[in-house]
Amino acid sequence: MSKESTYSRRAFLKASGAFVMLASIPYSLKAMYVDVDKLTVVPKQALSITVSINKKSYSVPADTRTTLLDLLREELHLTGAKKGCDHGQCGACTVHVDGERVLSCLTLSAMIQGKEVTTIEGLADGEKLHPMQQAFIECDGFQCGYCTPGQIMSAVACVKEGHTGSVAEIKEFMSGNLCRCGAYNGIVQSIQKVANA
Amino acid sequence: MRPFSFTKIDNAANALAAKKEKSQFIAGGTNLVDLMKKNIAQPEQVLDVTTALSSEIEDFTKGIRIGAMARNSALTTNAIVLEKYPLVSKAVLAGASPQIRNMASTAGNLLQRTRCPYFYDVTTACNKRKPNSGCSALEGENRMSAVIGYSEQCVAVHPSDLCVALAALDAKVNIENSKNKKSVISFGDFHRLPGNEPNRDNNLPENALITSVEIPSNGFQKHSAYLKIRDRDSYAFALVSVAAALELQGTRIVAARLASGGVAHKPWRWYDAEAFLKGKEATAANFSEAANIAVQDLKPLAHNGFKKEMLQGAIATALQQCLTV
Repeated sequence: MSKESTYSRRAFLKASGAFVMLASIPYSLKAMYVDVDKLTVVPKQALSITVSINKKSYSVPADTRTTLLDLLREELHLTGAKKGCDHGQCGACTVHVDGERVLSCLTLSAMIQGKEVTTIEGLADGEKLHPMQQAFIECDGFQCGYCTPGQIMSAVACVKEGHTGSVAEIKEFMSGNLCRCGAYNGIVQSIQKVANA
Repeated sequence: MRPFSFTKIDNAANALAAKKEKSQFIAGGTNLVDLMKKNIAQPEQVLDVTTALSSEIEDFTKGIRIGAMARNSALTTNAIVLEKYPLVSKAVLAGASPQIRNMASTAGNLLQRTRCPYFYDVTTACNKRKPNSGCSALEGENRMSAVIGYSEQCVAVHPSDLCVALAALDAKVNIENSKNKKSVISFGDFHRLPGNEPNRDNNLPENALITSVEIPSNGFQKHSAYLKIRDRDSYAFALVSVAAALELQGTRIVAARLASGGVAHKPWRWYDAEAFLKGKEATAANFSEAANIAVQDLKPLAHNGFKKEMLQGAIATALQQCLTV
């Protein structure tokens, strides 16, 4: 086949026809394409997450979007940490990462690789409750119990941080944990009990 | 939340090299993850900079240098901060909750977005979220909105407490760009007023990140206060807040600093009131007059007229508290 034949009259007509068609697409249609393009979503991406929870090592594949709270509850079936607001406003999801209290709903799982997580499930020593768990029972520190895992994890940290000097100080340093039943007085008493033990 | 790739970065230069148009750096994540859940932030790539940036808090002859990754909680326990810059610690303790302070970084605190309810509600118009869509707060529910420095385009306020203290103490923001070039932005120039571009919160260049924040040494160690007035006692954003600092010689004011949160699109300095106080006696009458001077230019919106009187009282009270704490 000679070289000239690749630029045949037919090919030229086809190409210019296609060009005219493209140019004649109304602007609104192109704008629509831009809008539709915005709706196309990049495919989900998975990671293998290795993390130590309650002194047990786990390696789980998870979507990059998975929060620590969802990893605990949905993937590892550790349902102690609760999903209240899922926006860092209620404290029901409070867990400890490397010994410090944090909100698991605002923590991406990918960011806790290689760290030590403690949840409410890891607080008791076998059948023996943690002193704070015992105190919550004795002082009526809960009613419905939904916020309780978060309250207890926060309370343990509050004592460890040494913010138990007065009722006002305890209230200030427990303000990130909401209780809709209003068991606040019992919660403050539980913390005082453990701090003074 | 939109899917994204996730990469852990080990130093600032690599973080900047890896950054693309739709990338976001993540540190504490306390604001970004929330914004991603609400589809307000939709990064395609999330770059974890928690180990790329310093979390050191260093004392040097001319001041203190706070690493970008220093957690908010570290600012409430660090011995240098507590001794020489107590206003910083007081401001941080007035904000968020212990859990959030354990997570949130210093640089992230500067870069957090407004909590204006319309910014968070994607069903409403908001020029900050979607340029040229309109401002729902201007004629809407604007009880929490700005009283000074706003524009027709945006009446949102900056939510930080730490930044109010940093503004008062004339901090500097150290940044590094993708060409490894380091530069400094003075704190007063870091955050922006909304003007016609309310989508831009600050003047941090596109391909740059904050490496640290510096506070020059000062004479305000003994007399500073942070007063925050909010809808509940703790764990709420400010209606108004005041950072006040005095340097005294006997009872005479050598230097005064006053800044507020909850009033404008950026932490707001009350320069005229500061100038009035300089050289005056530290008396209730002078504090009250400084407060009058500060509030005279306020232009409240339909629902936040109360902020004027509230701020006036808060400034006078914060100045008084400088003498007792």
